Amino acid sequence: MSIPAHQLHGTRVYALVLGALLFLTALTILVSYVDLGPFNTPVAFVIAGVKATLVVLFFMHMKEAHGVLWLAALAGFFWLSILIVLSMSDFATRGYLPIPGK
Amino acid sequence: MADHAAAAEHVAQQFDDAEQQRLVAELGMWVFLATEVMFFGGMILAYTVYRFQNPVAFALGSHHLSVLIGGVNTGVLLVSSFTVALAVHAARVGARRLLVGALAATIVLGVVFLGFKASEWWYHYHEGLVPGVHFTYDGPEPAGVGLFFWLYFALTGVHALHMTIGIGVMTVILLLAWRGRFSPAYHNPVEIAGLYWHFVDIVWIFLLPVLYLVGRHAA
Repeated sequence: MSIPAHQLHGTRVYALVLGALLFLTALTILVSYVDLGPFNTPVAFVIAGVKATLVVLFFMHMKEAHGVLWLAALAGFFWLSILIVLSMSDFATRGYLPIPGK
Repeated sequence: MADHAAAAEHVAQQFDDAEQQRLVAELGMWVFLATEVMFFGGMILAYTVYRFQNPVAFALGSHHLSVLIGGVNTGVLLVSSFTVALAVHAARVGARRLLVGALAATIVLGVVFLGFKASEWWYHYHEGLVPGVHFTYDGPEPAGVGLFFWLYFALTGVHALHMTIGIGVMTVILLLAWRGRFSPAYHNPVEIAGLYWHFVDIVWIFLLPVLYLVGRHAA
């Protein structure tokens, strides 16, 4: 079982990505114990977003993927954004204006 | 050109060549994963709305979860994604023993994850934190804490269901790999089963901060 050198390169990248993912997991847990005021949740989501991006780019091979796969992947993300952003534009702004008679 | 001939015998008649067949298989899985994003998205939206309305209760509920088990389980899943990436690599280069070994490791890690998850659920049940079944929480904001645990069980339950299906899929792929069904010319099932597994891993990457790390600094 001999594997050409250029293909071994791929497994080394996977190991590095795994190391980065485990480091970011430890980081997000440690940071959650630090009081960052309003920034705790955004920081946690940025770290989760970076981890998800690493998995998508390297483990799911999107780095070298055909454009049509990007279209399907981004469509899911885009529709999820619509779902949450438009819904919260309602729920998060309900207290902004007084409602006559209430 | 032995490789080319081996590829040609696996190409179904509606495809021009093996490359097109592989792309179609991957596109099919990505479209399915997009529907999965929406499937989990409904629960994530419910979580976002109720956490916005009950910020204190969600932090209280989160404090009843074990960060240690959640963190260890995150590590277990991330390592399992690594072994899946190794399996796909092994299939691409035709290393059958590495392929079988990496798939077996993935299945073991998946079972370990579910074991930790089940022990957590067992613990919550004894703590009386299962809404609708056994809920005896009598601290502040019981309604909001109940909502948190309702969403916790919905999200982790559906995620665990996906893990169970993933373990089943990987078991089938392992049996096929064991019988030597895959080659560098044809291993589409390994590739798309891998995509599914990585997706389930990504869902958990977001569930860790969403469920376990809410308002930890105030605990």
